[in-house]
Amino acid sequence: MRLTLKIWRQENASAQGALQTYDLDGISADMSFLEMLDVLNEKLQGEGQEPVAFDHDCREGICGTCSLMINGEAHGPEVTTTCQLHMRSFNDGDTITIEPWRADAFPVVRDLIVDRSAFDRIIQSGGFISANTGSAPEANSVPAPRDKAMRAFNVATCIGCGACVAACPNGSASLFMGAKITHLGELPQGQPERYSRVVDMVAQHDHEGFGGCTNIGECASACPKEIPLDVISQLNKDLRDAMRMGL
Amino acid sequence: MAVSGLIFIGFVLTHMYGNLKAFAGEESFNEYAHHLRTIGEPMLPESGLLWVIRLVLIVSLVVHVSSALILARRAGAARTVKYAVKKNKHSSISSRTMRWGGLTILVFLVWHLLNFTIVKVNPSGGETDNPYQLMVDTFDLWWMTLIYLAAMAALALHLHHGTFSAMQTLGWTNSAAARTRARTAGWVLAIVIAGGFSLVPIFVLLGVID
Amino acid sequence: MASTVDVSGNTVLTTPPNQQSDDAHGYYTLGEKIADTKAPAGPIKDRWTTHKMNNRLVNPANRRKLDVIIVGTGLAGGAAAATLGEAGYNVKSFCYQDSPRRAHSIAAQGGINAAKNYKEDGDSTYRLFYDTVKGGDYRSRESNVYRLAEVSANIIDQCVAQGVPFAREYGGLLDNRSFGGVQVSRTFYARGQTGQQLLIGAYQAMERQVAAGTVTQYTRHEMLELIIVDGKARGIIARDMVTGAIETHLADVVVLASGGYGNVFFLSTNAMGSNVTAAWRAHRKGAYMANPCYTQIHPTCIPVSGDHQSKLTLMSESLRNDGRIWVPKKAEDCTKDPRDIPEEDRDYYLERIYPSFGNLVPRDIASRQAKNVCDEGRGVGPMVGDFRRGVYLDFADAIKRLGEDAVREKYDNLFDMYERITGENPYEVPMRIYPAVHYVMGGLWVDYDLQSNIDGLFVTGEANFSDHGANRLGASALMQGLADGYFVLPNTIREYLADGPFDAIDESHPEVVAARTEVEDRIQKFLSINGTRTVDSYHKELGNIMWEYCGMERTEDGLRKAIDMIRELKADFWSNVKVLGTADSLNQSLEKAGRVADFLELGELMCIDALNRRESCGGHFRAESQTEDGEALRHDDEFAYVAAWEFGGEGGQPVLHKEDLVYTAIEMKQRSYK
Ligand SMILES: Cc1cc2nc3c(=O)[nH]c(=O)nc-3n(C[C@H](O)[C@H](O)[C@H](O)COP(=O)(O)OP(=O)(O)OC[C@H]3O[C@@H](n4cnc5c(N)ncnc54)[C@H](O)[C@@H]3O)c2cc1C
Ligand code: HEM
Ligand code: SF4
Ligand code: FES
Repeated sequence: MRLTLKIWRQENASAQGALQTYDLDGISADMSFLEMLDVLNEKLQGEGQEPVAFDHDCREGICGTCSLMINGEAHGPEVTTTCQLHMRSFNDGDTITIEPWRADAFPVVRDLIVDRSAFDRIIQSGGFISANTGSAPEANSVPAPRDKAMRAFNVATCIGCGACVAACPNGSASLFMGAKITHLGELPQGQPERYSRVVDMVAQHDHEGFGGCTNIGECASACPKEIPLDVISQLNKDLRDAMRMGL
Repeated sequence: MAVSGLIFIGFVLTHMYGNLKAFAGEESFNEYAHHLRTIGEPMLPESGLLWVIRLVLIVSLVVHVSSALILARRAGAARTVKYAVKKNKHSSISSRTMRWGGLTILVFLVWHLLNFTIVKVNPSGGETDNPYQLMVDTFDLWWMTLIYLAAMAALALHLHHGTFSAMQTLGWTNSAAARTRARTAGWVLAIVIAGGFSLVPIFVLLGVID
Repeated sequence: MASTVDVSGNTVLTTPPNQQSDDAHGYYTLGEKIADTKAPAGPIKDRWTTHKMNNRLVNPANRRKLDVIIVGTGLAGGAAAATLGEAGYNVKSFCYQDSPRRAHSIAAQGGINAAKNYKEDGDSTYRLFYDTVKGGDYRSRESNVYRLAEVSANIIDQCVAQGVPFAREYGGLLDNRSFGGVQVSRTFYARGQTGQQLLIGAYQAMERQVAAGTVTQYTRHEMLELIIVDGKARGIIARDMVTGAIETHLADVVVLASGGYGNVFFLSTNAMGSNVTAAWRAHRKGAYMANPCYTQIHPTCIPVSGDHQSKLTLMSESLRNDGRIWVPKKAEDCTKDPRDIPEEDRDYYLERIYPSFGNLVPRDIASRQAKNVCDEGRGVGPMVGDFRRGVYLDFADAIKRLGEDAVREKYDNLFDMYERITGENPYEVPMRIYPAVHYVMGGLWVDYDLQSNIDGLFVTGEANFSDHGANRLGASALMQGLADGYFVLPNTIREYLADGPFDAIDESHPEVVAARTEVEDRIQKFLSINGTRTVDSYHKELGNIMWEYCGMERTEDGLRKAIDMIRELKADFWSNVKVLGTADSLNQSLEKAGRVADFLELGELMCIDALNRRESCGGHFRAESQTEDGEALRHDDEFAYVAAWEFGGEGGQPVLHKEDLVYTAIEMKQRSYK
């Protein structure tokens, strides 16, 4: 198939960027979206132009590195990561606009690559259970109810890609944060720090410059791991309980 | 924000119910308007409860509008470079028009208070001391009815998302089932309240109430 | 039979039968044997306890003054950073991704082994040890493996305490499943995302230490050189991949936890950025590379679909628990709809050849048999070269037996992934699978303390060679990574650090300056060649050579040919590669160029190692060494050793140091899964 690509090019964080148009031919439906960009990059280099920089690593939908806004949709038209998107979701002759995640808390580093270290800092602020190595009790000494463990697992599948932020009209990271709060809060081991965790994480989230949540739900529909909106409700509930405790 | 929103919901529900008294005729409507001012007497002075309610509503409005402003400002700062192309996938129109819808309601509110409470403007020049008459005169004008209906549409949208959103914000929707329930509540409240409010102006315009 | 190449390139037989074979004669020189691995003596079950006791302690007040560099934030590096940070050392952690959480450990699907015996099915530390040594085809060091089995149970405790959401039974206790190559259920899992959950656990523990100030993380930083001063590893040169700045980081000790080098094959299940650079730079500075040819080819991956392919995707081995593998009996059926092929015309070849393990034979065997049936012309799916490269993995029986819902609950995410990639629905049509490079058992040589032959250079996780011998059993790499990171390294590194802090050095030290200059020169070189071929094109070509000649089946002739081809390709690379852009910006072609340059050198060494090892063992199958019915034939008399290669200098020959493998707690046997 033949495509017209409009791709955001930007030298570095402080440079001005712009959309550039490229024509690309000979794309097969079995290619992944990133393989299509590989083809473009080989072609560009052949012509002496610098390749388009984009983030990717595992290419199997689990590391959360890939992060493209494709025709206005985070990770493109399917419920999956950019790397797992295949060209069979597009048609011959399509024009595809490719932009980086847009959020001031995720500044552009180059072309389509952004800096998501704000997510690391949110985790640093409390997204963990304090359990020093060697201090753990026998694993089966504390049973965890299966349904709670399942919920914890389901939301722990978040890959930290940031699509939720990219899609959110408010630029909020509440889905990401709610997923972690719910994951740890559903497990018996997560209880001791449950309320300080939510308070600290929310404070860091706001400090990073993410927007506030108004429950629009674009995040959940962009999330490749289908993290449901109820993690945001859970976050709010835990936050309210924490405030009631005076934290 | 959620609490103030819910207070508004409580208020508009009762207000809407009160308005329906218009169907019972001039007397009971005016009776109701008067009764509003005398509830609680003699424990409270005249209009005492009304003032308590007004105070709560004013405080709620300040809280509600200032939260809205803060959220809007944060959202603006969170994304200063806009997308060239941005699609919305599954979000409702109502959720994305909360700010404009809210503003519409606010503007409407100002006019509404001028119209019925503070200045009591009778656009057709008739009597202003008789609440029933004031209402009938107002809605006899097609364009006034239109303004009201437009405002009710804005309110419907606002309530459709607002109800659900408030429940999320309060942490009451921790499962898929609860989420569906909250969404349904949004629909029901939007239809009941905005629909209920709209009945009176429509029926006045149609001449059923006069 | 052994042979060598004469000046005109002809193969000449050099040794008569029954004598030591030396296929790689002329490609290497023989060095001294490795005398001491620091593996303690005594009864195997007491070795680790005694060793831990004997290793010296570091006073808590001193730990703050000790700088530890850890390259890698996967299970091995992340767990070590967290643990050493908690202990109070001053840790600097490096990874090339934008967050430590994205290390490739995240991609592991199936599970992690531990000898908990929760199922009461006769599991024990000894059995896990036994299975792992046997699975590794008796080419691993027994003390290490026993220790691994011993600490395995602690790993599960640790992970659960951190909030890793393992699968549970209805009563709320942990669930287990069985995995290829063993007959007990000892694998803990979190649906198909075990690696992700374990890594997130380690990552969170590490981020906690970042907040506490004991760990500093350097993301988007690539280690490009090792600094050695007075014989000790004292730091690294890293490139800030955003600004291009070349940075010097000094420390008292350096830990490499940089993962595996499967990407030398271009197509593999590794991440696009997985590389050998950190390990290879250390190798060039003197660290031995052990058993580099031991590559694991995983039997259940999604087959190649065309030339554009950039990587291969693994389908968890756990699928073999319920799926049945088959190909048509007749080549002419290969293009039919598989559902129309009647039962009697199907060849469930694993069940036929290995009745007692069936579809659960170890990976090397499952892979090779898949290759064999495809070579016979009975493969399915698209033609790749001259053959169809795929076999069916069929769930029809499982769906009939357990119901679609049960199958869905177990494998839904895998089935979805398969459908997304291939466009076929595996609930209806059998999956197609084919082997792909997945893991490398080879890596930097380490002693029992996980220290390389360079003082102060420790190597953990997939980057070292230590525990899996010639073949790794499923669910044991996660176990090794976490064992190394949480429990082994923190207990062995203290023996070394007890002598620290070492003499302060600064950035103007001649060795430091030299390392830095080397890095800068190399980068300038890449940018100035300005040839005509892209880095990727070299990488692909190298990958093809490696897969063809150093892949599932290796022959003497093929390996010689491959060595020549790689040398040629390398020469061409250095004169004709095209790397655009600048040194001082984010430049992905430049990053790749450095990695591919190192892969080219590694590829050659892998072929030499494979050529030298004229036996079939584990993941290394030499066509010249097989039994009459085509099974792998080991030669314990000649090759029961670890081949530790020393860098022979630019253009020189690598030096082979042998470490004899001695088994006291287990008897060496020819593997049989029949
Ligand atoms: C698809 C897949 C599925 C698997 N499934 C299983 C399974 O079910 N069970 C099992 O036991 N094992 C499994 N394995 C194997 C196992 O996941 C890996 O062997 C193991 O996770 C490796 O961990 P590691 O910490 O050694 O390295 P990695 O997790 O690969 O981490 C390497 C780290 O080093 C860093 N790094 C590398 N080079 C540099 C450099 N030059 N400079 C700076 N940083 C660098 C990277 O940034 C990264 O942080 C699987 C592997 C794959 C690929
Ligand atoms: C009858 C009057 C009103 C009712 C019943 C009402 C109700 C609600 C409710 C229930 C919410 C959800 C709160 C939450 O999620 O926490 C909400 C949100 C909001 N309201 Fe109102 N409101 C009213 C008037 C107004 C007015 C006058 C404004 C004017 C500025 C306004 C602006 C907003 C905004 C901006 C939000 C933000 C939430 C979002 O964007 O989703 N509302 N309202
Ligand atoms: S919640 Fe979903 S969209 Fe957001 S970071 Fe996690 S996986 Fe990505
Ligand atoms: S590249 Fe890892 S999720 Fe897409």
